[in-house]
Amino acid sequence: MEFAELIKTAKVENVQLSYSGLPPIKGTLCITSHHLLLSSQPGGNGEQGTVELWLLIRNVDAVEKSVQNLSWYQTSRTNSSHQDTRVASSLGTITLKCKDLKVLQLEIPGMEECLNIASSTEALSSVDSVMMMYPFFYRPQSMKLKDGWQLYPLQYFYEQIASETGAWRLSCANGDFTICSSYPPAVIVPATVDDNILKKAARFRQGGRFPVLSYYHKKNGTVMLRSSQPLIGPNRKRCQEDEVLLSAALDGGGRGFIIDTRSAQAAKQARMMGGGTEPTSSYPRWKRLHRPLERGRPLQESFIKLVEACNDTSLSMDRWLSKLESSKWLAHVKGALSAACLTAQCMEREEACVLVHGAEGTDTTLLVTALAQVILDPDCRTLAGFQGLLEREWIEAGHPFHFRYAHSAYSHARLKQEAPIFLLFLDCVWQLGRQFPFSLQFSERLLLVLFEHTYASCYGTFLCNSEKERRLCKVKEKTHSLWAWLNQPSERKKHLNPLYAYNALVIWPSVEPQSLQLWQGLFLRWIRSSQYLDEAWAEIQRLVTSCEDAPEESSGCTLCHSQLDAAYPLTIAGTANEG
Amino acid sequence: MEHIRTTKVEQVKLIDRFSTSNKSLTGTLYLTATHLLFIDSSQKETWILHHHIAAVEKLALTTSGCPLVIQCKNFRVVHFIVPRERDCHDIYNSLLQLSKPASYDELYAFSYNPKQNESKRLQGWQLIDLAEEYKRMGVPNSNWQLSDANRDYEICESYPRELYVPRTASKPVIVGSSKFRSKGRFPVLSYYHRDKEAAICRCSQPLSGFSARCLEDENMLHAISIANPARHCMYVMDTRPKLNAMANRAAGKGYENEDNYANIRFQFVGIENIHVMRSSLQKLLEVSGTKALSVNSFLSGLENSGWLRHIKAILDAAIILAKAIAVENATVLVHCSDGWDRTSQVCSLGSLLLDSYYRTIKGFMVLIEKDWISFGHKFSDRCGQLDGDPKEISPVFTQFLEGVWHLTEQFPQAFEYNEAFLLQIHEHVHSCQFGNFLGNCQKEREELKLKEKTYSLWPFLLDEQKKYLNPLYNRDFSQKLVLLEPNTVSFNFKFWRNMYHQFDRSMHPRQSVFNLIMTMSEQNKQLEKDFKELEAKMKQRNRQPEELLTKEPLQSVYPVSPALRNSPCFKKETPLLPMNDSIRTIEGSNTADNRYSEYMEELSKAEPAVVSLEYGVARMTC
Repeated sequence: MEFAELIKTAKVENVQLSYSGLPPIKGTLCITSHHLLLSSQPGGNGEQGTVELWLLIRNVDAVEKSVQNLSWYQTSRTNSSHQDTRVASSLGTITLKCKDLKVLQLEIPGMEECLNIASSTEALSSVDSVMMMYPFFYRPQSMKLKDGWQLYPLQYFYEQIASETGAWRLSCANGDFTICSSYPPAVIVPATVDDNILKKAARFRQGGRFPVLSYYHKKNGTVMLRSSQPLIGPNRKRCQEDEVLLSAALDGGGRGFIIDTRSAQAAKQARMMGGGTEPTSSYPRWKRLHRPLERGRPLQESFIKLVEACNDTSLSMDRWLSKLESSKWLAHVKGALSAACLTAQCMEREEACVLVHGAEGTDTTLLVTALAQVILDPDCRTLAGFQGLLEREWIEAGHPFHFRYAHSAYSHARLKQEAPIFLLFLDCVWQLGRQFPFSLQFSERLLLVLFEHTYASCYGTFLCNSEKERRLCKVKEKTHSLWAWLNQPSERKKHLNPLYAYNALVIWPSVEPQSLQLWQGLFLRWIRSSQYLDEAWAEIQRLVTSCEDAPEESSGCTLCHSQLDAAYPLTIAGTANEG
Repeated sequence: MEHIRTTKVEQVKLIDRFSTSNKSLTGTLYLTATHLLFIDSSQKETWILHHHIAAVEKLALTTSGCPLVIQCKNFRVVHFIVPRERDCHDIYNSLLQLSKPASYDELYAFSYNPKQNESKRLQGWQLIDLAEEYKRMGVPNSNWQLSDANRDYEICESYPRELYVPRTASKPVIVGSSKFRSKGRFPVLSYYHRDKEAAICRCSQPLSGFSARCLEDENMLHAISIANPARHCMYVMDTRPKLNAMANRAAGKGYENEDNYANIRFQFVGIENIHVMRSSLQKLLEVSGTKALSVNSFLSGLENSGWLRHIKAILDAAIILAKAIAVENATVLVHCSDGWDRTSQVCSLGSLLLDSYYRTIKGFMVLIEKDWISFGHKFSDRCGQLDGDPKEISPVFTQFLEGVWHLTEQFPQAFEYNEAFLLQIHEHVHSCQFGNFLGNCQKEREELKLKEKTYSLWPFLLDEQKKYLNPLYNRDFSQKLVLLEPNTVSFNFKFWRNMYHQFDRSMHPRQSVFNLIMTMSEQNKQLEKDFKELEAKMKQRNRQPEELLTKEPLQSVYPVSPALRNSPCFKKETPLLPMNDSIRTIEGSNTADNRYSEYMEELSKAEPAVVSLEYGVARMTC
């Protein structure tokens, strides 16, 4: 097995784990192909030590070796006993910076062991082959492999639309991924447009991402489409099939809005590279609006800067505010929310159809379409509906999870295609939850779990970049689905918002800077103690459940539950019950 | 009243402050002796108390009329457009005079009449008894006693009559020390920590200049330090920045020289003066009042205002104070220049961290009465109650409330009161509707005969305390956690939206967790009551032999015991749990209340929307 070659030292005794805010723990460190384990020293009565750390190595973003002990070694050699010198000379510290932003320190006796552990961890965490990743090896006893993979088929989504209108059809033209490699096999398109037109229209769109239906607004029958940019190029090419497709989407009457997630200038410049945006002359019934949203490298840098600022607890107020500002993260949150609100507003108030695209149509496009649906559609705000939305608008829609979340904010590796678009989406949903605390069925905790699992997971849900790749890797046959785990009654309960009540209205958030907040639960999670906030949340939970379910459950019992929940375990959720 | 020339103007427009397209409501503006009233076409009333008006500004005439901008001390900003310039001018002049009364007897408190009988009014004034409070702390005792030195305000006009000093401090020492302190404000007890036997004392700066000494003052400090049997070394905390304190030496004032005083440890904590705070707030309001504000200009504006830096400095000082007492058992003497601004902030916040009593509704009233009102924080000058020196106005008390708010955010279960309580107090500090905050010191208040002529705020707040209760408050929490140790890393400090945008509802969360929890616990209480009544009824019935409903003894546990649930009586008479959907209301969930609605006007235009980057951002923020 290839993994074995990477593991130079499998087991080290007397390792000290320290982790901000908690007393250090001593124990035995083991390294396996996918995990770092630390079990505390067994007690005198021979009982098994408890597992204190169960860290998925994929979660490690950066490994830093500290040499500060060497200098101590120098001074101690002169005036300490021989015994001390030996110990001191061979103590190394490894700092593990994780993708979920926590930072751990391991003090390892023996310089060689220390270096081995560090290099093994580094090597194992950067294994890039999808098939070698943990989800392909994770086999919990309580779950079946096929569970959860067919929970939200596009067919169901389509049937709901079909029950309202006959204007749309489910096309399987992309069944073998030849028209568009990043689209799923089935997509929803205007009923009047046949597969041949789709094939030709696809050639006029970057990556073959022709306009498809993303959301049908039942209230007034308007639709939201998404695509990639048209390949207008410097010679102002046109494509009749693309024009037919978009005009068919408008269904006879009415006008539509094209929301381009680039600035007008950037869209124009894209023509030089063969891209561009729909000119009014060829698409007379569509009106273009530009809402520039950041993505790619600048967004990743924004994330890195924010995490850096949050981790520096010595910052003065002025420095903190200026770093928060220069990270621009909250500006991106505002930009994304505003663009989604604009999209929602075009549909809800102007009763117009909308086409959203940027360049490739796999990042900011999905951010806007997914967010607009949370704002517009109460069904997307339930736990199941939200999972369905993620499945449809992120996973099947071909958001390149494998590329985007290979590294997080700490990595020293050269960045390739990393960008926390999905995290930005989660942050925006969190902001919605802050402003409408009873309108989301799920809690902040679900958003945190999703954040963790996009970067490192024991489930296959967020693996690969597209459905095509997932099929090649047999992800749905050989890994477990995150949804199957989340939907187990015990887990589901933990991720529900106790305050939720169905709210049929559109939730229009305030996007003023005064109304937006730093997501402390995520960015400061491992930095400051949230004990009192967690206790207060448990109390809210207790008050609400004792009020609503009084006959079923005694309130005292609920409190115990909530408090357990509040103390979030150090191990990655889900992996701890394995083995 | 002689100031009012026009009492009613019709067709006045009230403009949405943050709207970029000048969205407005049309209605009628009325001017009364105490309030400005605007009633819009949907009969919604906006009342503005004249005393709340901080500034009135008449802007240049526009085609639709004459704009009038009114800024209030409670951070409400209203923007009217009056159709005729003459009306606008009249209102402007009237408001200028009405908002800056020349003498105390013009203040609202002297005309406010809540139709309460005399004995109740007097009772209201007796609600907070400071002698009782000192007794609660454990003074007088073997080390501390009540001094009659200031019984007739003879040695310090801005102090209360009753002051607690160390037993070993004789009258000549007190008098001598007061002569060596700015405004005669010699060191006195502010808070006594019963368990640690350590004290918080307060005073003003010494008149030390570059080298002056005062034996009595040195004795006074010595007396304070030995009044703490556990630890004789005491801290002297000068809350000013060192530079300011040194500059004061040139004016014959200054700070204590460690060499001249036995057993003191001297420390600066660097809180800025009232002028810096005033201009900081001004900058903050300018930023937060900007139309179409971007995130980055908001954050850089927040940084440049320095406001949160000042709040952090004040809280940090309070933490140093509280820790010195709770951890080191040391007595601390706090002063600034005159000892009525920063000293009040630090002493009161320090006490709040140390003593859970001040985290109750009644306790918080006591704290304000003690450290702010009785020790002579100059409410009248700082709030600009009368037409006076604008340089005396400063948001010192507002900062104190903001410090408390930050604590409530970090310790959601430690406080009996909620944010609404803090906001309401802030409202009334400026409203001049009640007598409590009028004047600058107790002597002045006695001269104004406030207790005879006005009402006290506290009983009114207590009467409606339901509104101010924190549903998450946990008394046990206080026992568990006597000393609050807030985290003051910069990222914990947030812009207090509900204070500075209290009246800009569109910025607030659309659903309130707090209201929901309040309503739910209300319902719980009601159910519990119903349950008890039912139980009593059933017991009665059980006594009647023919009515044998159930054999099992009824337990008084809540929630409902299974026996009860099945009993026919329960089913028939207990109201079902009300549907909670109705209480999860949503405020303003229509696009009209959100300012991104306005760019739809842009969409409606015929020409293609070529939007530049900046323009796009700006429009989105509207």
